Amino acid sequence: MSEYKTLYLNANDSVAVALSDIPEHTVVTIKADEIDITVRILEPIRFGHKFAVKPIQQGENIIKYGEVIGAAVVAIQEGAHVHVHNLEGKRGRGDKIGK
Amino acid sequence: MQFWGYRRPDGRVGVRNHVLILPTITCATQTAQRVTELVSGTVTFIHQHGCAQVGTDYDQTARTYAGMGMNPNVYGVIVLGLGCETHQAHRIGDEIAKCGKPVQTVSIQDNGGTLQTIAEVAKIAVRMVQDASMVQRELCDFSELIVGTECGGSDACSGLSANPAVGRTSDMIVEQGGTAILAETTELIGAEHLLANRAANDEVAKKAYAVIKMMENRSIQMGVDIRTGNPSPGNIEGGLSSLEEKSLGASTKSGTTRLEEVIDYAQRPTKKGLVWMDTPGHDIEQLTGMVAGGAQVVLFTSGRGTPTGSPIAPVIKISTNTPMFERMNENMDLDAGTIVDGKETVAEVGMRIMEEIQAVSNGKLTKAEILKQHDFGIWRIGPTF
Repeated sequence: MSEYKTLYLNANDSVAVALSDIPEHTVVTIKADEIDITVRILEPIRFGHKFAVKPIQQGENIIKYGEVIGAAVVAIQEGAHVHVHNLEGKRGRGDKIGK
Repeated sequence: MQFWGYRRPDGRVGVRNHVLILPTITCATQTAQRVTELVSGTVTFIHQHGCAQVGTDYDQTARTYAGMGMNPNVYGVIVLGLGCETHQAHRIGDEIAKCGKPVQTVSIQDNGGTLQTIAEVAKIAVRMVQDASMVQRELCDFSELIVGTECGGSDACSGLSANPAVGRTSDMIVEQGGTAILAETTELIGAEHLLANRAANDEVAKKAYAVIKMMENRSIQMGVDIRTGNPSPGNIEGGLSSLEEKSLGASTKSGTTRLEEVIDYAQRPTKKGLVWMDTPGHDIEQLTGMVAGGAQVVLFTSGRGTPTGSPIAPVIKISTNTPMFERMNENMDLDAGTIVDGKETVAEVGMRIMEEIQAVSNGKLTKAEILKQHDFGIWRIGPTF
């Protein structure tokens, strides 16, 4: 059983939030609706940051609060830090409009 | 719930009793500030606006000035102009006077310069402050409150602790027959469907989508990624990865009640209940818009911490996590970090915020008021000519 607190908001979510700094290689147990999900953390996750609770394909939507918060820029492994280096927002993207 | 407030001639109720020196032009702001240093009981705000503005941008600035003067936390207003500016002081003064409160207008050019103007405004202010001090508080219902809500310096906890707690408070204010303003359109991009589903009718839902589209189109027209400004570097440091993620957390401030209307920046709500004001995400600009729209009290959640306040409305600042609350205790009023720590529920903190609104409405000073944090900023929607 993990001593590190995490928060998982919706059964459809692909990420969970660390509620304390979690060192790499830690195994954390996330409380989902009916089952507990066990995730091996691959890299240090700081308080307030997210990690993947399942593998996410490149280009796939990333889900938190049961809603889309962006898409994966690269394939993301289970237990990896999910942040601006591998997640891109999809809204207000004038830079994506053909010039 | 009830509080002790100041009844104004138009029937609305204030929780403060300020005399406002209102500079309609940037050229008059320094003079106004010097009067506030001389006469206690007076407040003012510094800004860079009031001249060479046209069209809807002119209208929005004028509406903001007049709204600040008409806010029921203000007993009376001295409108201070230079004389030659686009936003003529007498026009703003006439607008404010419609609500029946004492209004006087002074022009620096007509008074023969800075020193004579300081003397003239200070003399008027002394009389007005004394008159204001004679007004007694009376018992009022929460249904007379307009409470603004905002978040700034968000972190990943904002959407988990302080914002849902403010959402609970927002629900309670609406239950009491009062008004809660949701703002920061930028930070609702990606959550608009959730709000539109709660709209009172199709027209409100349509306007919710329309203001979001307009805001999003601004970055698209400029050919930029909105993330270059939002989420901010501090938001990203705190764990937020995209605007959508920030929005989903920000929108929890709106609670669960029906969305009654979507109003323009600095406009006074025409309905009670939950109201969405179209403002940018910029903290000071949205704060100013809500206060100009008549908010007597503002709730401000923060994960990273903020000193922000308003010259005429108490701003209750609520931390999303306990370490920041302890680190920036001189700036923060309440801690919602107890939710993250599992010590309190969202409903419990929501109730604590309600009680703080009552205490502050009765006269308890917020940290921002004690530190004279008199922030003011207008959302400009056009260039200066």
